[in-house]
Amino acid sequence: MRGAQVSRTLAGAAPWLAVLLALAILPRLLPDWLGFLLTVAFAKALVVLGVAVLLRSNLVSFGHGLYFAAGAYTVGFAAKWLHLREAVLLIFGAVVVSGALAALLGLFLARYRGIFFGMLTLAFSMILYSLLLRLYWLTGGTDGMVTAPPTILGVVPGAAAGRAHYYLTLVCLALALALTRRWLGSPLGYLASAIRDNEIRVEYMGASVRQGIYRTYLLSGVLGGLGGCLVAFSVGHIAPEFSYWTQSGDFVFVTVLGGYASVFAPVMGSVVFELVRNYAYALSPYTWQMSLGAILLLIVLFLPRGLWSLLAPRAPVSSPWTSSSRR
Amino acid sequence: MDTLTLILLDGIAFASWLFLVSAGLTFAYGVLRILNIAHGSLYAIGAYTGATLAGLVLHSGANPFLAYPVLVGAALLVGLALGPLLERGFLRRVYDQEEVITLLLTFAIFLILEDGMKLVWGVSPIIVAEPYALLGQLPLAGVTYPVYSFLLTGVAIVAGLALWVVIDRTRFGKLITSVIHDREISAALGVNVPRICTVAFTGAAMLAALGGAFTAPMVSVTPGISADVIVLAFAVTVIGGLGNISGGAIGALLVGLLRATAIQFFPALDLFVVYALMAVILLVRPEGLFGGVEVRRI
Amino acid sequence: MDVVLEAVGLAKSFGAVKAADDLSVRISSGQIVGIVGPNGSGKTTFLNLVTGYLSPARGQIYYLGKEITGLHPRQVTRLGVARSFQVPQLYTSLTVLENMLVALVIRSGRQGDCWRALRTRARLAEARRLLEKFGFGDESGQVVRTLPEGGRKLLDVALSFALGPRLLLLDEPTSGVSAAEKFRVMDTLIGVIRESGVTSVFVEHDMDVVQRYAERVLVFSEGRIIADDPPGALFADPIVRRYILGEE
Repeated sequence: MRGAQVSRTLAGAAPWLAVLLALAILPRLLPDWLGFLLTVAFAKALVVLGVAVLLRSNLVSFGHGLYFAAGAYTVGFAAKWLHLREAVLLIFGAVVVSGALAALLGLFLARYRGIFFGMLTLAFSMILYSLLLRLYWLTGGTDGMVTAPPTILGVVPGAAAGRAHYYLTLVCLALALALTRRWLGSPLGYLASAIRDNEIRVEYMGASVRQGIYRTYLLSGVLGGLGGCLVAFSVGHIAPEFSYWTQSGDFVFVTVLGGYASVFAPVMGSVVFELVRNYAYALSPYTWQMSLGAILLLIVLFLPRGLWSLLAPRAPVSSPWTSSSRR
Repeated sequence: MDTLTLILLDGIAFASWLFLVSAGLTFAYGVLRILNIAHGSLYAIGAYTGATLAGLVLHSGANPFLAYPVLVGAALLVGLALGPLLERGFLRRVYDQEEVITLLLTFAIFLILEDGMKLVWGVSPIIVAEPYALLGQLPLAGVTYPVYSFLLTGVAIVAGLALWVVIDRTRFGKLITSVIHDREISAALGVNVPRICTVAFTGAAMLAALGGAFTAPMVSVTPGISADVIVLAFAVTVIGGLGNISGGAIGALLVGLLRATAIQFFPALDLFVVYALMAVILLVRPEGLFGGVEVRRI
Repeated sequence: MDVVLEAVGLAKSFGAVKAADDLSVRISSGQIVGIVGPNGSGKTTFLNLVTGYLSPARGQIYYLGKEITGLHPRQVTRLGVARSFQVPQLYTSLTVLENMLVALVIRSGRQGDCWRALRTRARLAEARRLLEKFGFGDESGQVVRTLPEGGRKLLDVALSFALGPRLLLLDEPTSGVSAAEKFRVMDTLIGVIRESGVTSVFVEHDMDVVQRYAERVLVFSEGRIIADDPPGALFADPIVRRYILGEE
């Protein structure tokens, strides 16, 4: 009985292990720039995943750059003030800082829905942006900060830094995906969907909508901070723009691009986004945004469940755009 | 004393500018329930068109004061060309959908127009400062102040009054009000709702372009000015109350004076105060200072 | 007999309309009470007042002897008062089974758990057992949005019932259900309610339904209770017949 269960679990995990293995040997096959692109795409996928879990409750964060920047600047400040360079500690720090921020702001945000939620997240992220931009003596202003490559478990990666960052990001992403997947199958994950569909019923069952949203927001913020921290590692430079609204807009864009029926959709969306941006920019530096805009336009009008819906056309969780939550 | 005068003058000038760039956004939200991110692009296109046309006039050797009506004309042109196109082509498809969808759609349009401008005007800055310099400086209560700022205030007041007259004093305004209250009932009563929507959005686009055209002489027009404007306009719109135009005017004044004060005393906090005010307003009065309360029904 | 619900002198107005006007009533344990009355007579308002969706301008509400006036719907529900809705309030993008699982997990107070799975073997079994009682079989895997109206009404009640209430309030359980289906729906509902012994109050438009299933009928008019009798006696009364059934 137990043995059968174990083997079934293994059989279920096998495809994912295969994907993980393929991703693990990928950097040996790819040119360095593509490996770097994937590293950044994977790191940003974490932020996108954060936006996606909120979107499951029909909440659109137009300020997730806040957590992205918070995670990144945690790395910057830890290096500047504490001379901390160990990746594991920095990741821990970024998670704590972004989690604390989400715990504070979530208190306010959990009361808001729709356009007001979006506007308040926007305001919070722009507050951080204006501070990062103007407190020059503290943050370096528009120049941002240069973050030295971290040591990983005490090892200085040196020449292999690019590959080391790739693996570090991959491990973090895999852990975060596993955790989020589990979360979505948990009572709280379903509560988030229930809240999207019908808040009144949730309260009339005796559960607190605010608490459900608050906890979802916490997860979302932590994922954002983690993503920002990993981008700081691999890019080595952070700037106030991380918290600017267009950055947050890009995250929402990628969430919609990928869809959110599965935790893997944001990863796919993020990789496609970085590739399109890279190629479109190389082909025509003046029209790459236009291509992105055209893609977003087509998706909003014709494919509201994102690219993932092309792969899994009958995903169990439907798009909130078509749900009856609008009265 | 001089400081106070400066704060007042700076505050009013900035408020006029803010009102100009946000009035169209507020109006469009009020009528169409659309929070239009591409409003910033319309502003930028207004700035480019205004700068280009004013530059042509100035270089042609005509009376330089012709540049001012040309700026207004540029704004009307941009609104007439792009307003109906965007409204009929895209926005109309998402009126009955959630606000976030319209936000995403207009973000897409914003991205497209952003590069569209680069294709038309290139990436090097365009500077047409004559309309600004032409009016000179005015000594006032111990400080000298550019006259162009007063012109800006005048344009803002005229634009605000025009909006008020159209909405409160004309038959068309009554039709708009009926569409705001209930689109379906208005349609059932024979109001041509699609036409009202097109005209209203075109008006909003003109206002955006007007703000841009009159900003052009004060700055160098470069790619990227749309992004900064739209988020400020959002802040003003939210502070005044989404969809409330007189609220938007007072919101603009509040933000303008606050920012001018910050610049005098804590220059590093000039942006911070704007967004902090936005957050505080959303926290204590999410419907805005002058917005109505929306009731939720079971 | 224990008094499950007691309302004392409830008052609530909407503008000039008195939706509750010095309304007092006691409902004892195990009763199945029907509420009838014309539109606007305050039937749904009464349910909204009891469950805390509305606060009365005057008066008190007691549940099992404890005052619950002014409590939030969530708190009232937690104490053991569940309600269904005239327009079914469901999680339309989830399946029938998932709707039931959410109700069960909230009942157990574990809805904040983000680590263990929602679908435990015990919870699945309990959900299927309850759904079966309400006549759901193969439809369990169906997304609720695609369910016919009769199924939605049943599920709406089933979810309230799954919370394990001491008092169940049903708002027009047969509205929107076709004439052919309504007795089947009511037979199912009342069968489950009788079996469990839960005290129930249902608002109903359809006099045949009330006459057949209620043990006691409250007649509402302009926010007052104008008659309170067993259905047999009530429907024999010529004044009531004229008032409610519109008979000459």
